[in-house]
Amino acid sequence: MANSTKSKNGENVLEIKNLTVSLPKGADREFAIEDVSISIGVGEIVCIVGESGSGKSVTAQTVMGLNPPDQLKPVAGSIHLNNESILDVSQERLRQLRGERMAMIFQEPMTALNPVMTVGDQIAEMLEIHTNMSSGERYKKVLEVMEDVNLPDPKKMIDSYPHQLSGGQRQRIMIAIALALEPDLLIADEPTTALDVTTQAQILDLIKDIQKRHGTAVMFITHDFGVVAEIADRVIVMRNGHVVEHGTVDYVLSESTEPYTRMLISSVPSLTPPKREPIIKGEPILETRGLEKIYGSLGLFGRGRVVHAANQVKLEVRRGETLGVVGESGSGKSTVARCIVRLVDPNGGEVLIDGNDIAGLSQKGIRPFRKDVQIVFQDPYRSLNPRRTVGQSIIEGPMNFKVSKSEAIDRAAELMRVVGLSPDALDRFPHQFSGGQRQRICIARALAMEPEILIADEAVSALDVSVQAQVLELLDQVRQEFDLAVLFITHDLRVAAQICDRIMVMKLGEVVEEGPTASVYADPQHEYTKLLLDAAPGREVDFTAAVTG
Amino acid sequence: MLTYLIKRVLSVIPVLIVVAVIVFLMLRLTPGDPAAIIAGDAATSQDIAQIRDKLGLEEPMVIQFGIWVGNMLTGDFGDSFYYKRTVSSMIADRVGPTVALATFTIILACIVAIPLGTIAAYKQGSWLDRAVMGMSVIGFSVPVFVIGYMMIYLFAVKLDWFPVQGYQPIADGIGGFLYRLVMPSAALSIIFIALIARMTRTSVLEVLNEDYIRTARAKGLEESKVMTRHALRNAAVPIVTVIGFAIAILIGGVVVTESVFVIPGLGTLTLDAIQGRDYPTVQALIMLFSVVYVLINLVIDVIYTLLDPRIRY
Repeated sequence: MANSTKSKNGENVLEIKNLTVSLPKGADREFAIEDVSISIGVGEIVCIVGESGSGKSVTAQTVMGLNPPDQLKPVAGSIHLNNESILDVSQERLRQLRGERMAMIFQEPMTALNPVMTVGDQIAEMLEIHTNMSSGERYKKVLEVMEDVNLPDPKKMIDSYPHQLSGGQRQRIMIAIALALEPDLLIADEPTTALDVTTQAQILDLIKDIQKRHGTAVMFITHDFGVVAEIADRVIVMRNGHVVEHGTVDYVLSESTEPYTRMLISSVPSLTPPKREPIIKGEPILETRGLEKIYGSLGLFGRGRVVHAANQVKLEVRRGETLGVVGESGSGKSTVARCIVRLVDPNGGEVLIDGNDIAGLSQKGIRPFRKDVQIVFQDPYRSLNPRRTVGQSIIEGPMNFKVSKSEAIDRAAELMRVVGLSPDALDRFPHQFSGGQRQRICIARALAMEPEILIADEAVSALDVSVQAQVLELLDQVRQEFDLAVLFITHDLRVAAQICDRIMVMKLGEVVEEGPTASVYADPQHEYTKLLLDAAPGREVDFTAAVTG
Repeated sequence: MLTYLIKRVLSVIPVLIVVAVIVFLMLRLTPGDPAAIIAGDAATSQDIAQIRDKLGLEEPMVIQFGIWVGNMLTGDFGDSFYYKRTVSSMIADRVGPTVALATFTIILACIVAIPLGTIAAYKQGSWLDRAVMGMSVIGFSVPVFVIGYMMIYLFAVKLDWFPVQGYQPIADGIGGFLYRLVMPSAALSIIFIALIARMTRTSVLEVLNEDYIRTARAKGLEESKVMTRHALRNAAVPIVTVIGFAIAILIGGVVVTESVFVIPGLGTLTLDAIQGRDYPTVQALIMLFSVVYVLINLVIDVIYTLLDPRIRY
């Protein structure tokens, strides 16, 4: 049963009791986590949910002993793995336990694997560290675990380097490494967050399947309640280093009365689109016809790799309308955005801005149109110049278009109010703001150019759910206030459902389906759209209804 | 890869043409007449004209250039103005000591600098790190001839551990060869130790923040192996780049070091040739240095592909 916290022999695999970990002096709070107690039994999946800064990763890394010891020091409490006190054992013993009795998989399969070692060697390394196997035995065992995580053709893949594999395959390699020695405890730190929905669904299935077969105890860290609904037996909600709630998955998702938990759950966008009036007035302000983009070239001997990133893409957006472009990585959705802003040059087709084709214009000829189309990117941490004040970043654009400095500053101050920040924020630097605030600044920066068209390229994907909800609201508000045409690019079907008037689904550079949001979600026509909707984690649970209903 | 190599080797040609033109013109446009130097103090202007004629310096520059390049294409680098020998044979005689000095210096620098830099990165902020970095600032700022003379004074004159100067070919015994090479190499390697150690530290520090280092630790790998197998290997590309760069600038250092320690290598040959306006010798040496420089860059680029499977040409 989901609510059984004890294993058959009555012992927990992991027992964290009143754990407190201190932060270095000068941090915004004294403890990274405080008085945290968590227990995980054999064959149990416990999800730790929380937003950034909640201390969920610190908790996991303290168990593994991976925190930098001079910065994050456990000062109180205990951690027992199979009744062995981890905080008291020697470094040597801890190294032994890592990998052998407990293993960890991480969020970014892209960066968590060593890029200059073959994946086979990276799996074999685990065996080399902890066993006395000969290299022949190791090779056999590596093939075995690769098969165990359903990797195709292990004999061939064993000599591949990480960059030659897809994101899902890399995460399977990570899981293979972690499970090579059949540890008692698997810690998974946001293992599916960086993956596409369909891949995410497969990896979640794999973790569940392996966990069932080996009886592994799993500590699963996530910020995504959809994933929680899919995988958890029990849920622990953390906030600012404290456990605020603890219960079975059914209880936490539907019966909890804890306000923070309820707020988090109600922030999860619903997969059911709200009713929206169709926008029919006027001519499209942004239009593409037969847009083509091909990356790569055939090379000297015609052996190069060519990617058809945009294939005959046709789209239309009117003033005051939001068109959602959804698709997985490699679908070409960002390429379309980049072609429209002319950050990349299209190979063919037309990009019409208010009737003017800019697809073939020179960099000089395109300049007057630059201010009409503005873009907000995914990562607010990297899209603002860290050495310039927010004000300098915002006024730079308008001043390039001959707006006087004082006028630009006035407008920047006004825009700060629009995006819900104080005008004196203009004199501060990006690092002084949170992720959500930075994304507001990015939106203000885009608006400062007085654009007709706003492109949001995964603009809320890097944000916590509660912040995400606020930024979505802001985007919708500025769309109305400035009568903007919005092109909203996302991989997240929940987010798209909430903000888009129309939806366009892309796959491998082609548009496979297009229509009003409500009808696409209620009655998807294309197989791929159905697949995407089916893969959305927690699709059976309507979170908003679950809490308020 | 093969296409790439062929392209790269072919791209050497324009580089060499440019170098040839510049060297040729620079020698002839700088003051100083080789004929006057050969003729000596008591020579009349007639004697000098005669010598100029004999050396072929009376021809128009374009013709001189044509003859030189034409001969080079047949493998003939001409005769020295002073020594009645071909330039090729002079270079062949002198190349041994220089290659020995350069190789020994770079190997010494790498052996010392890479571990130092790695340890400094691993112990970032510790006294060890600060000591290594402090030393590297000194290494950068003290010129090689100062270090050279200081070492001669201390280790040769005062302590009598090493000979003051000189060189012994490897053929006459490896012991004596190394014994005489230690001081010049050590003096010359200081700046490269500083350079490579710094780059190693920076590069390893950056890599230490990567997720795969955490993965390696999560596997229960020992720290020493985390550092060598995972960190250093990934940090290698910038380090190799800077080593290539070091080999290139080594040529300048060799000239100075050879004259400080009186080693009969290409460095001293270059100095003598320039002072005597020995056009054919200087020209041949500079062309040789350019080819070596370009080849080193090519080798470095090939090493990249061995170090990082993501780099493909």
